[in-house]
This record gives sequence, structure tokens and C-alpha cells, in this order.
Amino acid sequence: MVVQEFFHMGGYAFYVWTSYALTAVVLIFNVVQPLIRKRKSKRDLIMRLRRNLR
Amino acid sequence: MWRDIILAFRHRAELFNPLIFFTMVIVLFPFAFGSDIGLLNRVMPGTIWITALLATNLSLEGIFRSDFDDGSIEQIILSGYPLTLLVIAKITAHWCLTGLPLIIIAMFTAFLLSFPEHVLQTLFFTLLLGTPVLSLIGAVAVALTIGLRSGGMLLSLIILPLYMPILIFAMLAVENKMAGMSVDAELYFLSGMLVLAMTLAPLATASSLRIRMS
Amino acid sequence: MLTPWLSWICALLLIAGLYGGLIYAPPDYQQGESFRIIYVHVPSAWMSMFVYVLMATAGGVGLIWHIKIAEVFAKSCAPLGASFTFLALATGSLWGKPMWGTWWVWDARLTSELILLFLYLGYMALQSAFDDRRVAARASAVLALVGLINIPIIHYSVEWWSTLHQGATVTKLDAPSIHIDMLIPLLIMALAFKLYFFTIVLIRSRTEILEYECNSKWVSDLLNETEVSK
Repeated sequence: MVVQEFFHMGGYAFYVWTSYALTAVVLIFNVVQPLIRKRKSKRDLIMRLRRNLR
Repeated sequence: MWRDIILAFRHRAELFNPLIFFTMVIVLFPFAFGSDIGLLNRVMPGTIWITALLATNLSLEGIFRSDFDDGSIEQIILSGYPLTLLVIAKITAHWCLTGLPLIIIAMFTAFLLSFPEHVLQTLFFTLLLGTPVLSLIGAVAVALTIGLRSGGMLLSLIILPLYMPILIFAMLAVENKMAGMSVDAELYFLSGMLVLAMTLAPLATASSLRIRMS
Repeated sequence: MLTPWLSWICALLLIAGLYGGLIYAPPDYQQGESFRIIYVHVPSAWMSMFVYVLMATAGGVGLIWHIKIAEVFAKSCAPLGASFTFLALATGSLWGKPMWGTWWVWDARLTSELILLFLYLGYMALQSAFDDRRVAARASAVLALVGLINIPIIHYSVEWWSTLHQGATVTKLDAPSIHIDMLIPLLIMALAFKLYFFTIVLIRSRTEILEYECNSKWVSDLLNETEVSK
């Protein structure tokens, strides 16, 4: 029952796991958002270059 | 500076608007909290201070507005006249036109509302030391935001966090006085902030104006 | 270039820190398991301040010596710093609920952290209000510097204020001495957060530069290359 105990967190499960989940969400968002933006701006630039080449 | 003050007197409505605003907000509070004198006396200093913050905030845009709009700031930068001096004059004028009357009105209303006199004195000193800091810090923020879309909201956004320590110290002083304790430490701290703001804010304002004009 | 390395080390450290914090460290004798929030709370709080100082310094460097990279760096710092501040606040509140019984206490640290969040938000608002990137960077650098001068004052004033109002409650957040088994994961987590920050800032800055220099020759050359290689 070690796993269960681990998830139970001595009765503080809600607080501990919420804070960890929140941290995870924010950290992941901060990874994903710049990556998406990078890809988007790169694509925009390439489109523009193509237009200019023509 | 004198030109500013004279100009402001010509636009009398603009000059009085913040003051009327200030008085009206103070009058609003008894309506919200009831007319119990004991309670009102407790919240009175805070009310006066918060209202002073908001009134300053609203009137700040006027510091550089006209000069910005007609391009005279640009002229001054180009002419090589020390911008910092101009900024100091502008800020002084702003304080004379809003801070000073505000203090007088605050004293007057507090007096009318039978606020205890020894605390009134402390409140007066905090306002005297605090409102110039509000004008000084505000000038930096105004120089940064002037002429922007939704500049007014942005101005409040960036300015209010910077105002918090002043509010805190002023309130601490008043509360200490109410409890019958010494208020020297808080007043010294406020003076320290005033000196710091006086030395740094004009420089920062001048450089922000330069940035905005570049 | 550098980012894959950084991100791998960061991921390793994160896993190690999580393992250490959640499994290895013994429960606190006073707070039980709830103290494990410390491993996300304290690094976030540290980072929130560290990032602000870094942002203001970079802004100042950009302001004085007109170094474009510094400006870009400062701009990329802001959203991350705000996220860390938000995390510190949110986890602090989640920690406060079981420990103090309320979500929010007007505790000196929490309050100054809140004001710090306001400063970040103001900075970002100002940053996005300008159309010209150059002006935006320099104007917000001035704001960041003013904020930097203000931070110690804010912190000090809030501390003074809260001790007066609460009669010097000893906050349970600052455990005077922390057990070494608890400290090591904390330091690992702090390091992981720091590396995470630098990784993301690098990515952000690079995008920023790419957008900024979209008219220059080297960008078009670079993009042509990548297009050819595709």
C-alpha cells in the first residue's frame, strides 16, 4: 500500500497535488507557447520570403 | 513653471476637477460605511490617502499632455535646453496645482468631520511628505505612457504598485499616532523616499521623454 | 545549439528533484507531508525575484549601451517571471490553507510577492502598448529599473506593516533550520527551475530576434538554407 500512501500525502493530497499540477501546467505552457510562436513566426517569414522571390 | 501655473489657472475647470473628484469620493465613504463617527474616524485617513492616490493618478496625464500634443517637448529636446530642469519645473507645478490644494481640502474635510486633532497633524505631515513623491513617481510613468492608446488605464496599472509603500508608511504613521506611539520612524522613512524620488525621478522622467521622442 | 543540452540537464534535474522532494525527503515532523509543496513553492519564489533583477539589469544594459540582445532578453524574461510569481503565490496559498487555515494571509512575503506580480503585469502591459519594438524595450527598461529600486522599499514596508498588524507571527514558511535530506532536493529543484528559465528564455529570445530582424540579410539566408534542406 506504499503507492496509495504516496498519493494520499498524509491527508494533504489535495493541496500537494494541486500545487504540483498547477506548477506542471504553468511550466508546460511556458514551454509550448514559445515553441508554437517560434514555428508560426518562422512560417510567416518563409511565406514572406517566397512572396518576395516571386 | 510659472507659465504652467498661469496656464492651469486659465483652464480653471481642469484645475478644479481633481479636487472636486477628491471631495466627492471622500463624501461617498460615509454613505458606504454609515455615519458612525467612531468608524468613520478609523477609516478616514485611509480614505483620504486612497482618494489622494486616485486623484493624483487622474490628474497626472495633464503634466505633459499639452506640451506633448503641440510638440514643444520635442522642440526643447532639440534645442539642447536641459530637459531635467523642465521636468522638475513641470512636476513642481503639478504638485502645487494638485498636491497642495488636495492637502488643504483633506485637512478641511477631516477637520469638519471632527477628526482628532493630534492625529490630524500626523496626517498632514504624511500628506506633505507623500504627495510630492506621488507626483514625482507619477511623472516617470506619465512620460512612459503619454500618447499611447489606453494610456490612462496603463498608467494606473504601472503606477499603483509603485505607490504602495508610500501608502503603507503613511497609514502606519497615522495608526501609530492613534495608538499614541511615536511616528518619527515612519516620517523619516517617508522623507527618505521623498529625497530618493527627488533625485532619481526627474532624471528618469527626462530619459523616458527622450526615449519616447526618439 | 545550447538549448537541447540545457533542456536535457534541466529535465534530469527536475526528475531528480521531484524524486528527492516527493519520495526521498522524510515528512516534516510538524507539517507532515504538506511541506512537500516547498519544492515547487520556494524555487518559484526565488526565481520570481531573480528574474526581475535579471530583467531590470538586462533592460538597463540595453538602455545604456544600446545592446539589442539585452533588450530582447529582458523582454523574454517578463512572462516567465510573471509565471513564477504566479506559481509562488498559488502554491503559497495552497500551502497556507492547511497550515494557516485560510487561503490568503496578509503575510509580508505573500503580499510583496503579489505586488511583484503587479509590477510584472505592468511591465508586460507597457511592453505591449508600443508598436515600435525599440521604443517598447527602452521604455519598459526604465519602468523595470524604477521597479527594481522600489522592490526593497516595498519589501521593507510590507514587512513592517505586517508585523504591526499581526503582532509578529512567526511564519511557518521560514523553517529556521532545515534537514539536510530536505535541503538537497530543494536545491536541485531550484537549479532545475533556473535551467528551465534559461532554456525558455533562449527560445523566446531567438524567436524575438527572428521577428525583429525579419528584414535583414542573415535571416533570409538562414531561412533559405532551412527551406532547401527540407
